[in-house]
Amino acid sequence: MTILNLLFIVFLGILFFIAYFHISNYLLDTYGGKSVKRYNFENSIRVIVFIAPAFIVLFVFILYPVFETVRLSFYDKFGREFVGLYNYKWAVNDPEFRRSILNNLVWLLVVPTLSTFFGLVIANLADRIWWGSIAKSIIFMPMAISFVGAGVIWKFIYEYRGPDNTQIGLLNAIIVSLGYEPQAWLTIPIWNNFFLMAIMIWIQTGLALVIFSAALRSIPKEMLEAARIDGASELKIFFSIIIPYLEQTILVIWTLITIIVLRIFDIIFAMTNGEWQTGVLANLMYDWMFRGGGDSGRGSVLAIVIMIGVIPILAWNLYKHRQEQKI
Amino acid sequence: MKKISLSSILSQLLLLFFVIVWIIPTFGLFISSLRDKDLLAISGWWTALTTTEINEIYRMSGMESQIEEDGYFKIKGTLFEENSGKKIESFGINSKKINEFKIGDIAIFKDESEVILDEDGNYEWRSKSEFQKKKGKRLFTTSLSPPSFTFENYREVLFKEGIGRAFVNTMAVALPSTLIPLIICSFFAYSLTWMRFYGRDTLLAIIIASLVVPLQMSLIPILTIYNDFGALFGVAAKSYPGVWMAHTGFGLASTTFLLRNFLKSLPNEMMEAAKVDGASHYDIFLRIIIPLSIPAFASIFILQFLWCWNDLLVGLVFLDQVPSEIILTAKLKELLGSRGENWEILTTGAFVSMTVPLFIFFALQRYFIRGLVAGSVKG
Repeated sequence: MTILNLLFIVFLGILFFIAYFHISNYLLDTYGGKSVKRYNFENSIRVIVFIAPAFIVLFVFILYPVFETVRLSFYDKFGREFVGLYNYKWAVNDPEFRRSILNNLVWLLVVPTLSTFFGLVIANLADRIWWGSIAKSIIFMPMAISFVGAGVIWKFIYEYRGPDNTQIGLLNAIIVSLGYEPQAWLTIPIWNNFFLMAIMIWIQTGLALVIFSAALRSIPKEMLEAARIDGASELKIFFSIIIPYLEQTILVIWTLITIIVLRIFDIIFAMTNGEWQTGVLANLMYDWMFRGGGDSGRGSVLAIVIMIGVIPILAWNLYKHRQEQKI
Repeated sequence: MKKISLSSILSQLLLLFFVIVWIIPTFGLFISSLRDKDLLAISGWWTALTTTEINEIYRMSGMESQIEEDGYFKIKGTLFEENSGKKIESFGINSKKINEFKIGDIAIFKDESEVILDEDGNYEWRSKSEFQKKKGKRLFTTSLSPPSFTFENYREVLFKEGIGRAFVNTMAVALPSTLIPLIICSFFAYSLTWMRFYGRDTLLAIIIASLVVPLQMSLIPILTIYNDFGALFGVAAKSYPGVWMAHTGFGLASTTFLLRNFLKSLPNEMMEAAKVDGASHYDIFLRIIIPLSIPAFASIFILQFLWCWNDLLVGLVFLDQVPSEIILTAKLKELLGSRGENWEILTTGAFVSMTVPLFIFFALQRYFIRGLVAGSVKG
C-alpha cells in the first residue's frame, strides 16, 4: 500500500463517521415534524442514531468478547469441542504458568508501591523548591514514551560486554569502575525481574507525581504553617499530616498503577521475551495465542486470570458509582 | 533559622538526585543517536565529549591502482573516510604487533614492499617489483578520534531501515484511532447525559465496568471475528480499519467516561433554553456542546493519541508485520531482535519513535496532565 493510498483511506475512515452523524441528523431535522407527537417519535430515533455506533463497538469489542473468552476457556484449542476444566487443570500444573503468576504478583507488589512512594516524595519535595516545576516535567517525561522505547533506553543502560572490552552500558561501566566484574543483568534469574520493574517504576512515578502535585494543593496551608510554628520537622509533617490527608489519593494512584501493571506486556516482550524466568501472564497469553497455530482455550484461561485480578477494582468502581447516583 | 536552611538544602539535593537519575537514561539515548556509529560501539556515551582511542583494521588497495613512479611501483590511497577527523597515533602490519610503528616510520613487509603513513591516514605503499595481488595488505591503526556528532544515523534509520515508513504507518493508525472514538463517544456521552431513554443507567454502569476490563480479554474473540470476516468477504483479516476499530473499542469506555464527567458539569439551563427556542439535539450538540468541550476534547485526544502511538500489542495482533503495515513499536522490537548489537540503529530508531510523544508532551503538557488527573483509567 503506497503512502498516498494510506492517506486516502485514513481520510475516508474519519469522514465516514462524521458523515454518518451529519447526514442522519440532517434528515431528522429536515423531515422530523414539529408537532408534539412526532417530536417524541423523532426523539427516540435520535437516541438510537446517537448511541448506535458506540453501542455496537462496545458490544462487539468488549461485551461479546468477555463472554466469548469465558466460553472458549472451556473448549479445545480450536474452540470446537467442549473440554470442561481441562484448560484450567493444565494451567495449574504448568510450571511456566506458576512462574508467570509469581512474577505478576511480585510486579504488583513492587511497582505500584514504589512508584506511589517516589511520586509522593518527589511531589512533596518539588512543591517547596523554586525549580520544582522543571524537576516535575523531567520526571514526568517518561510517561509520554512507549514501553518499547523505554525498553531500548534501558537495554542500553544494562548492555553487557565481556570483561576484556570497554563497557558501553552505564550500569556495567559503573560496576567496573568500582572494581567489580561486569554482569549480563537481564539474564540473572530472579534479579532480572527487578531490573525490568525498574523501567516500569521509572515510567509510572511520573503519573503518581502529577496526581499528587494536584492533590497537595488541596491541603490547607494554615494547617502546615501551624505545624511548622509548633516546631514540627518536615519529616514529621510528611508522615503525620500529608500522608493521612492524601490517603484517598494514594489509594486511587495505587489502584491505577496496579491496573496498568496487571497487563504489563510490552516491556518484557521487548527486553527478554519472557526468557530467563521473566515471563508474566500477558506474555504467556500472547505465546499461547500464536504458539503452534494458537490455542484459544489456554489463551482464554490466561486472559481470565488477568481479568480476575481487576474484578475487585471493578466491583469497587460500580459500588462508588451507585453511591454517587443516590446523591 | 539555620536548621530550616539545612533541610532546604537537603531537599534540593535529594530532588536533584531524583532528576539526574530520571533524565540520564533518555539523555544517554539522545547523545548516542547523534554519535558516530564506530565510536558508539566501542565507547560509552558519557565519553562523547572526549577524544577516544580506536583500534581499527584497514586494507590497502590492490594491484589495479598501482602506478609506476621514480623506479617504484606505488599504490597511494587513504584509509579514513573524508573529514573523519581521526589522527593516527601508531600503526602495525601484523595483528600481533599493532603498535609497532610510529608516524614517519617505514614499515617493511615480508615481500620487501614498504609502506609509509601520515597521521591523516594517507598511505604510500611501494615496491621494486610489480604488485601481483588483487587485494592489498592489511594495516592495523591506533588513532585518536575527536568528539564528533552526526545526523548520519538518522538518515540511515529513516530511509534504509524502514523506520520512516513505520512512522507514517503509526500516524495512519493513531490518528483515526483517536478521532473515531472521539466522534462517536461525544455523541454517546451526550445522550448518556442529556437524553432520557430506557436503560440509560444500566448502560452507564456497563461503561464503568468496562473501564477496567483488560484488553487481553478481547484479543482472541476479535481476532476470530476478523479472520471469519476476512474469509467471508475475501479481504485481508488484518487491516488498518480493523486496528482503528480495535483501538476505538478499547478506548471507548474511558473516552465516554471522561466526556460524560465533563458534560455533566455544564449548566442544565443552557440546554433547556436552547430546547425551548426549538433547537434539536443535533443543533445543541454542534452549537453549544462542541465549542464548550474543546479543552476536554484536547485532553482526551492527547491521552488516546499517545496511547495508540505507544501501543505495541494491538498493532502486533491486528496488523501484518510487513513494511507497509508495521508500526514503530513493533519495528523497534523487531530491530532489538535482529540488530541487537547495532546500537546506532536502535538508539536512533527509539528516538525517532519518541519525537511525536515528546513534542506533544512539551507543547501540550497542561492538557495532558489535566486529562490524567481527570481520572485516566484504562483497561
